[in-house]
Amino acid sequence: MAQREISLTGRKRPLETLLKLTLNLASVLAIFVTLGIVLSMVFEAWKFFQMVSVTEFLFGLEWSPQTAIRADQVGSSGSFGAVPLIAGTLLISSIAMVVAAPIGLISAIYLSEYASARVRAWVKPLLEMLAGIPSVVYGFFAALVVAPFIRMSGGQFGLEVASESALAAGLVMGVMIIPLISSLSDDVLNAVPSSLREASLGLGATQAETIKKVIVPAAIPGIAGSFLLAASAAIGETMIVVMAAGLAANLTANPLEAVTTVTAQIVALLTGDQEFDSAKTLSAFALGLLLFATTLILNIIAMRIVNKYREQYD
Amino acid sequence: MTDLFTTASGHLRARHRAEWRFRWLGRLAIVFSLGFLLIMLFSITSLGKGALSRAEIQLSIDLSAASSLEDVNFQKAVRSALFATFPEVTDRSDKRALLKLLSSDSGYELARMVEENPALLGQETTLWFTASDDIDMYEKGAIDANLPENRRRLKDTTLGWVRTLESRNALRSVFNTAFFTSGDSREPELAGIFSALVGSILSLIVCFALSFPLGIMAALSLEEFSKKSRWSDFIEVNINNLAAVPSIVFGLLGMAIILNVFGLPRSSPLVGGMVLALMTLPTIIIASRAALRSVPPSIREAALGMGATRVQTTFHHVLPLAMPGMLTGAIVGMARALGETAPLIMIGMVAFIVDVPQGFTDAATSLPVQIFLWADSPERAFLEKTSAAILVLLGLLIVMNIAAVVLRKKFERRY
Repeated sequence: MAQREISLTGRKRPLETLLKLTLNLASVLAIFVTLGIVLSMVFEAWKFFQMVSVTEFLFGLEWSPQTAIRADQVGSSGSFGAVPLIAGTLLISSIAMVVAAPIGLISAIYLSEYASARVRAWVKPLLEMLAGIPSVVYGFFAALVVAPFIRMSGGQFGLEVASESALAAGLVMGVMIIPLISSLSDDVLNAVPSSLREASLGLGATQAETIKKVIVPAAIPGIAGSFLLAASAAIGETMIVVMAAGLAANLTANPLEAVTTVTAQIVALLTGDQEFDSAKTLSAFALGLLLFATTLILNIIAMRIVNKYREQYD
Repeated sequence: MTDLFTTASGHLRARHRAEWRFRWLGRLAIVFSLGFLLIMLFSITSLGKGALSRAEIQLSIDLSAASSLEDVNFQKAVRSALFATFPEVTDRSDKRALLKLLSSDSGYELARMVEENPALLGQETTLWFTASDDIDMYEKGAIDANLPENRRRLKDTTLGWVRTLESRNALRSVFNTAFFTSGDSREPELAGIFSALVGSILSLIVCFALSFPLGIMAALSLEEFSKKSRWSDFIEVNINNLAAVPSIVFGLLGMAIILNVFGLPRSSPLVGGMVLALMTLPTIIIASRAALRSVPPSIREAALGMGATRVQTTFHHVLPLAMPGMLTGAIVGMARALGETAPLIMIGMVAFIVDVPQGFTDAATSLPVQIFLWADSPERAFLEKTSAAILVLLGLLIVMNIAAVVLRKKFERRY
């Protein structure tokens, strides 16, 4: 029988070292993915900016991507001004936020301050169901029910409503992001120390006054964080706008008209077959880079705010 | 004195009214969200239930001259049976309109029936054939016969034939098994979700096989084997950010790197699953870390105290205890991946797929993408297919989420 060596200092275990190394590699993968996203976008966008200048892309007012079939074709170059897309994205996201911010916040307040445990146990998962429904379902509903409804009711008041109005897409998107705001705000409101609540109630304030004057102000940073995260989700949302918003670039602030968005254009540019190195295809990556950068900045700010705030009351 | 008292109580009343209003505002907000959910589910359900049935037309098929499968021109057999049912129709354009009563695939339908039951050869039998989508829609009441002829899809002559069939009891409505067993089709009455469903399942298998082990490994490394440092903070920020990156960006990544650099097959569940895995990875890592954190330190200390190494402690004691929580997180992540559409469109899983994909590298589509494709189709009949496919998708999501909840409840422990 072989004598097993027992050493108090611990023997080297190469297998364990290897295992730890593999685990660490897996965690670094997240960085590789981010890097992959950034590099692929920057690389393709770089090729695009060789053909179209950055200033034209960022400040140009006209978007009509075309690739020339013949060199002497009329309008062969196409125009790649992203302003109408950015404006359209902002219009639809703003409508979504106008719907989601008050409803989400007030729902969160009701759930955390007023609702009984039983109501909460039912309503909270139901609200979260709204976030679990795939966006393609919302897109279908927006195009099939909400848009015709808005068009019809607009017609009652003599308003001309486009069949793919920004209002319909924004409204439905707003409902989709309600749970993002309500569940994050709910957490934040619950984190406000009860001493603040009790002090205010003890001074004779009603519950509503306590909420409006003490609790919400104390939770404002976290609530702002949840708004930013929701806005970032609205900007990056794709299927609803692909199905319910327009495809033609249209620079307008009228929610009853059809507008297009950055995400809808990316899908439109990249579906179907096309040569990979045309300006039309590459412009999708420039748009993707823009989208990624915007949402990244919003997310980082939001997480900073939320984390900082969490530490404050811990 | 009394003056002051009445103003104070009046003021108090106003404050209580404000309180009451505020409370109702909260209820209204919740009712709005839940009402929207209800209306959405209700309208989709009421549209989608139509897809569960389809209309069939009875024809008497004469195969008495045929002795083997090769002898029969199935298309012709069905046609002549149809013309025999309506001998009064002689005009060529009327005959063409008559053929539109049946689905365009009825020849294959007959071939399949004969293949399954060779006894049909050599005799005359009555068989049921799938009706075209217009007839189907009329039977379900989606086409209003009271509209003037030029404003509805069924012309008066066709309507007359349908009524004749009805009076002969040669028109019936059956459960639409084809919807669950066949692939996509240009003809709404033949289109089914099966190939899309298989595509979804294959993608999810790839997604799970990649993201679950990698997610657990990353979580273990961050939670058990590394000290808090700038580096680990950086990784954490990265993971949190990835969780909030718009899904379409992952589609662009998949297109630029997985398709164009690695050259993996476009439209395949393999690539779809890889893209979905990248998307779900952050969710799984975050859930797994939470599961690891919920294992009390006493477990680790006991194992270490008995002389186990860190690796042994982790793999023999901590990981098994954290596993249910990790699985729950994985199921939730998979449910989200199942509903994802945009990134799959980017990597070309929007193809028109009739055949069931046989492997991970075949061209495939997925259930949500199929919904997107059908939602774009102009035929009225695709509307109910789309809704029914949505119901199937939502049903799957509900099952997955319930599984996650049950798992959590079953293995939940309090230390």
